[in-house]
Amino acid sequence: MKDNVVLEMRNIHKYFPGVRALQNVDFTLCEGEIHALMGENGAGKSTLIKVLTGVYEKDEGQIFLKGKDKAVAIHSPQDAQKLGISTVYQEITLCPKLSVAENMYIGRLNGIGVNWRKLNKDADAILESLDIPAKATQQLGSCSLAVQQMVAIARAVDMDCKVLILDEPTSSLDEQEVAKLFKLMRDLKSRGVGIIFVTHFLDQVYEVCDKITVLRDGQLVGEYEIKDLPRVKLVAKMLGKELDDTTEIKDTSLVYDKEDAGKHVLEVEGLASVSGIKPFDFYINKGEVNGFTGLLGSGRSECVRAIFGADKVVSGTVKKDGKVIKINKPIDAMKNGIAYLPEDRKRDGIIGDLSVRENIILALQVLKGFFKPLSKAEANKFAEEYIKLLEIKTASADTPIKSLSGGNQQKAILARWLLTHPEYLILDEPTRGIDIGTKIDIQKLVLKLASEGMSITFISSETDEMLRTCSRLVVMRDRKVVGEVSGDDMNQSKIMSTIAGGESK
Amino acid sequence: MTTADTKKKNKPNVSELFGKIFKRQIFIPIAAVLVLLLFNLIVDPGFFSIELTRNSAGNPVLSGNLITILNNGSELAILVLGMTLVTAASGGQDISVGATIAIAGSIILRIVCGTDAKADSASFGIVLVAFLVACVASMAFGAFNGALVSIFKIQPMVATLILFTAGRSIAAWINNNQLPTVSDPSFGYIGGFIPGIPIPTPFIITVICIVLMALLLKFTNLGLYSQAVGINESSSKLNGINPIFIKFLTFVILGLCTAVCGLIKVSRVSGITYSVIAQDIEMDAILAVALGGNALGGGKFNMAASIIGAYIIQILTTTLYAYKIESTALSAYKAIVVIVLVIVSAPAVRNKTKAFFAKLKAKAAAERKEVA
Repeated sequence: MKDNVVLEMRNIHKYFPGVRALQNVDFTLCEGEIHALMGENGAGKSTLIKVLTGVYEKDEGQIFLKGKDKAVAIHSPQDAQKLGISTVYQEITLCPKLSVAENMYIGRLNGIGVNWRKLNKDADAILESLDIPAKATQQLGSCSLAVQQMVAIARAVDMDCKVLILDEPTSSLDEQEVAKLFKLMRDLKSRGVGIIFVTHFLDQVYEVCDKITVLRDGQLVGEYEIKDLPRVKLVAKMLGKELDDTTEIKDTSLVYDKEDAGKHVLEVEGLASVSGIKPFDFYINKGEVNGFTGLLGSGRSECVRAIFGADKVVSGTVKKDGKVIKINKPIDAMKNGIAYLPEDRKRDGIIGDLSVRENIILALQVLKGFFKPLSKAEANKFAEEYIKLLEIKTASADTPIKSLSGGNQQKAILARWLLTHPEYLILDEPTRGIDIGTKIDIQKLVLKLASEGMSITFISSETDEMLRTCSRLVVMRDRKVVGEVSGDDMNQSKIMSTIAGGESK
Repeated sequence: MTTADTKKKNKPNVSELFGKIFKRQIFIPIAAVLVLLLFNLIVDPGFFSIELTRNSAGNPVLSGNLITILNNGSELAILVLGMTLVTAASGGQDISVGATIAIAGSIILRIVCGTDAKADSASFGIVLVAFLVACVASMAFGAFNGALVSIFKIQPMVATLILFTAGRSIAAWINNNQLPTVSDPSFGYIGGFIPGIPIPTPFIITVICIVLMALLLKFTNLGLYSQAVGINESSSKLNGINPIFIKFLTFVILGLCTAVCGLIKVSRVSGITYSVIAQDIEMDAILAVALGGNALGGGKFNMAASIIGAYIIQILTTTLYAYKIESTALSAYKAIVVIVLVIVSAPAVRNKTKAFFAKLKAKAAAERKEVA
């Protein structure tokens, strides 16, 4: 082992029933290095991380750490922590109801005779040294997601971690928050911490990382210096094939051009819900893709949730094909041909323990009614059809959906709604936290569906993606619709200026 | 291909097959039944003898330990049908079922006996009416529990604690604290034998209930919905399911199950003792659901496994009685077997075993590759 290497994983193998999740994977991390771990969904990134953190036991291979002459045995997350390996997950795994300091020291105190005043002071000192805008005594849940994540990192730093794993830390942060996180990461880097950064955002990799290790189908593709691997090549390595430039997908799209193309499918007037959004007007044409844009928390999701009846509506009217309809709860919307793919896949989308098949047929089943269950054969047929159509990678239709990778779970939920043949499909962050290949698949699918006459609302935190897919964007700020851009106006700077205050009050 | 090759190819299949069987939820309950029966076979093959005899009224009846198991396990098996649904949808259990059985039984006797607390004749008609009234009442009590759980979001165990505490008093109050008895022998047919049919009536009723439940699960989406609600309520809601209604419905169905149990219970003894009837049956019902390998935290369920779980408890009880274990010591023996079963089916143990088979399989696959 070289002097500056803090972690070396060699010949790691991991089997799952029917799958070889990792085959002969090597990974090396140096001191003071930010190392991106890249790969498509199912490439084995999470498995590798879980082997390293003791969540899974490896079947073969060795792990070496700096300062230990022999290979270390990691059987549990506790072992990993003791060895100085800390992880901050995409989903915050701290306790929101406890205070910041309590969260930082939880599990590390003997429980009796704790001097909280001192601990709070210590915590404040650490938070300050890392420039984290939180108070030790504050309830963690009252901090923004980004700050919560930083607290998790502070906890890891205080535990004297040598290896810090950040698993998709940025997927629910907005740009400023990401910038803050990166500053913190660079700070830690200068202190000699080795950071493993797992993300789907290519930009961020190039902004902050030093090295990239690429995995594909459970095997190591290679380790690269960031300067030696331009973006196009990285994508090619991840996919195992040369990719046509991702910005060109709009060329492949067709435009819906039947005579009813300009017809309003859905019109909304003065709609407001208990979530606190200001009453808004909205319409969507047949075969149109539109989007809601705005900063995180600006009320994008709340708007579509109100349309779908997911939040209780307090005022306003909804017209479909010119006729007023009443939507009090999701089933009303579904009966009117509206489908909604929610933002939080884990909380609102998947039914984890149920099979892929049951997850796919669920919405159609509910629409058909309580007394008309689909026969097993029908359910199977639908499931198989959509697994094939959307190329969902699953061992079988019987597999519990929770064991699928994020992107494939998302495809299954998409299949669920496509199966109901909606006229108006709402996609709220359909590409969050999923790999670039699937992302492009979904974008292409959206354009294709629209060209066949489906009206689609596409919401994404990545403006690029929206510009590529949508033909009209509703801009939001502070829970209020503040403008709309379309046609030639649709570009980053125009959107930014509208968000920033194109229309005041 | 040589025979040696074929052998090598077939070898991993055995472990694969075994691994597959083991993974099934229903494996452990069935295995437990087989082990218990095997134990009896070894210790005393006479355990399995079934005889056709005549009872005191001169009617042909089957008797033997197996018949006792099927007969006495009836109430638990019926109850477990509803309890499994409640567990799946609400992620909790109803501990008031014993008390509700007492209420249902009390109502039936009240209608059959009137104010005299005694009935010399019980026509089919009046028993039927009594049973239907009991059904309505039990479903109303189920609805009460269901409303507390689904609308007011009270934890099931806490919500049902109310009826658990008050139920037997309500039962006694229905009959003015008298202990009504029915002397018409035909009333005892329901909990005993119908003349001419040697199979115990409670077992026949159980089979009917199981069939009805199977039809309900087949021809409605109750199974899918209650699982979906139990696993992810928020997601179910966004898919157009009404979680409140589904939870409510499962409690009402359980209420109906308790009414059937109440009928069997009072018929068995042609009377009622409020503090003893269906005592501790709620715990056995919960245990049966657990023994069936169902998560008590809700979500996926396997109805067949639950039913087998109920009979495991009954086989255990009957076995212990057959070996003249004192009834006071019975619970201790039962507990030992339950501990073993629960540990064997615990996720930690199952995962270890699963991983073991997976490893075997992977190794076999690697070997196969080498051979090729």
